[in-house]
Amino acid sequence: MVEVRQVTKRYGAKTVLDNVSLTIEKGALTSLIGPNGAGKSTLLSIIGRLIPADGGEIYIDGKPLPAYGSNELARKLSFLRQSNHVNLRLTVRELVSFGRFPYSQGRLTAADWEVVDRAIESMELGELQHKYLDQLSGGQRQRAFIAMVVAQDTDYIMLDEPLNNLDMKHSVQIMKLLRRLVEESGKGVVVVMHDINFASHYSDHVVAFREGCILYDGKTDDIIEPSVLQEVFGMEIQIGRVCDRRVCVYFT
Amino acid sequence: MATETARPAARLALSDRKKLTVLGLATLALIALFMVIQGSGMWSYVLPRRGAKILAIVLAGGSIAAATVIFQTITQNRILTPSIIGIDSLYMLVQTAIVFFLGAAHPAVQNPGLNFLLAAGAMILFSVAAHRIFFGVARANIYVLLLLGIVCGTFFQSIASFLSVLIDPNEFLVVQSRMFASFNRVKTELLAVSWAAAGLVALYLARYVKYLDVLALGREHAINLGIEFHKVVRDLLIAVFVLISISTALVGPITFLGLIVANVAYQLLDTYRRLPIIGASILVSFVALVGGQLLVERVFVFSTTLSVIINFAGGVYFLYLLLKERATW
Repeated sequence: MVEVRQVTKRYGAKTVLDNVSLTIEKGALTSLIGPNGAGKSTLLSIIGRLIPADGGEIYIDGKPLPAYGSNELARKLSFLRQSNHVNLRLTVRELVSFGRFPYSQGRLTAADWEVVDRAIESMELGELQHKYLDQLSGGQRQRAFIAMVVAQDTDYIMLDEPLNNLDMKHSVQIMKLLRRLVEESGKGVVVVMHDINFASHYSDHVVAFREGCILYDGKTDDIIEPSVLQEVFGMEIQIGRVCDRRVCVYFT
Repeated sequence: MATETARPAARLALSDRKKLTVLGLATLALIALFMVIQGSGMWSYVLPRRGAKILAIVLAGGSIAAATVIFQTITQNRILTPSIIGIDSLYMLVQTAIVFFLGAAHPAVQNPGLNFLLAAGAMILFSVAAHRIFFGVARANIYVLLLLGIVCGTFFQSIASFLSVLIDPNEFLVVQSRMFASFNRVKTELLAVSWAAAGLVALYLARYVKYLDVLALGREHAINLGIEFHKVVRDLLIAVFVLISISTALVGPITFLGLIVANVAYQLLDTYRRLPIIGASILVSFVALVGGQLLVERVFVFSTTLSVIINFAGGVYFLYLLLKERATW
């Protein structure tokens, strides 16, 4: 369980996160939704230690974040930002193998390579695994980075807009993989999402942000409601049912 | 498929290992040639003096090459050299200032040991201070440190050129001779202390080698993969600065060499891994320096300096790289 307690973050006079508290369970997929600048990515960056918080605490499995060693934490929680640029001339397979660094410190064992192989397989990158990253399309590269995080095999996985740059087919593929990680391996997955239909379809919990605060936090069905979404996004969103699933229509 | 491809990502490709071997053999051959060429049978005179030059070349070339690759890994930029922090300029300033204030005949100028201590001391002091301010107090990011370095470097350079305009022309010759790296006047008595210092830095660096590949991925990935980014970068940078300071104080400013050999190594090896790249760039710098020194001594008969040859060859190589890769830069 990741507990975020009263986390605050300010840039100068602007408060981007205002006393945010949140609990993220293992074995569930949590989507963070909300307009741009609502603080979703900032919160993930704070949990991932990329930026320090100005106040508040984060506990992971009952232990405060600063009490974790860097390497210990890297085996507990992984995160991936939305834009991933690497200057190195790496093949897909080499990139994915970096996911094992917290375990092997660069000297991968046969067991490590098995995990790498499975991660590559899960992202359907088998045929691309010996290609260099700069030879890939944006979506293929994004899948390679997600495969690296999968190879890291952590209890908690934080992804900031993982569906960026991806076509529908691969978006669905990634969401299915994340569901599998949740259901079969009991991981706690947190995803920042912009497409609320993806959020509605694949998540167990939805947390709605607005202006640095959490407006709503609950089961997916409770959040995907016209009144709630209108308050969060400030626009009219109609919800219909197609094939017994809620579909949000926001093209007015 | 999985089992047969399981290894290649971990091991160095055969072609890369061959290249490293060839470089190693070329270095040994050049050193052997350098030691015995035109020896005229006076071995007891020739060998120790040439041996001292080789020791200086190996130390300076190795330090510069390793420091540059590490620095470029941290900054994720393959056209930066550690001299951007202003260490070279400070060296020039120290040399100019002691001649200006104390005169060319003063022990601080003429006594190699004292001069080395002054120069190396000033450079190390400066880099430790800049480093302390940035990583201790300000906790700023590395680009701010680089910016500060550029400003300080320009400042040192301006004062140095101001002082050198005022210096007596005869005394200025002494300063001028230190503006170029040279192995012709290696201070034998400094080799032991320089080697000891560099050895200590190398020992210190050994703990961090495994982090280099991950650091090259960039800050966010490095943190995600469990590296104490701030601490590791801080510790690596100080080692880089000390290495540069030692080699500059020993032979003069040759950081441009580091830029060349690092880029040759990136081109040469088909790997992202930093350890073989550092190895290759060290070997390339040995070949360039020993080969260059052979040219200086036997072909140009001391009519030019090693810096000139290195800068000329390096400049040409860079133009070639730019033209060849302009599409991909």
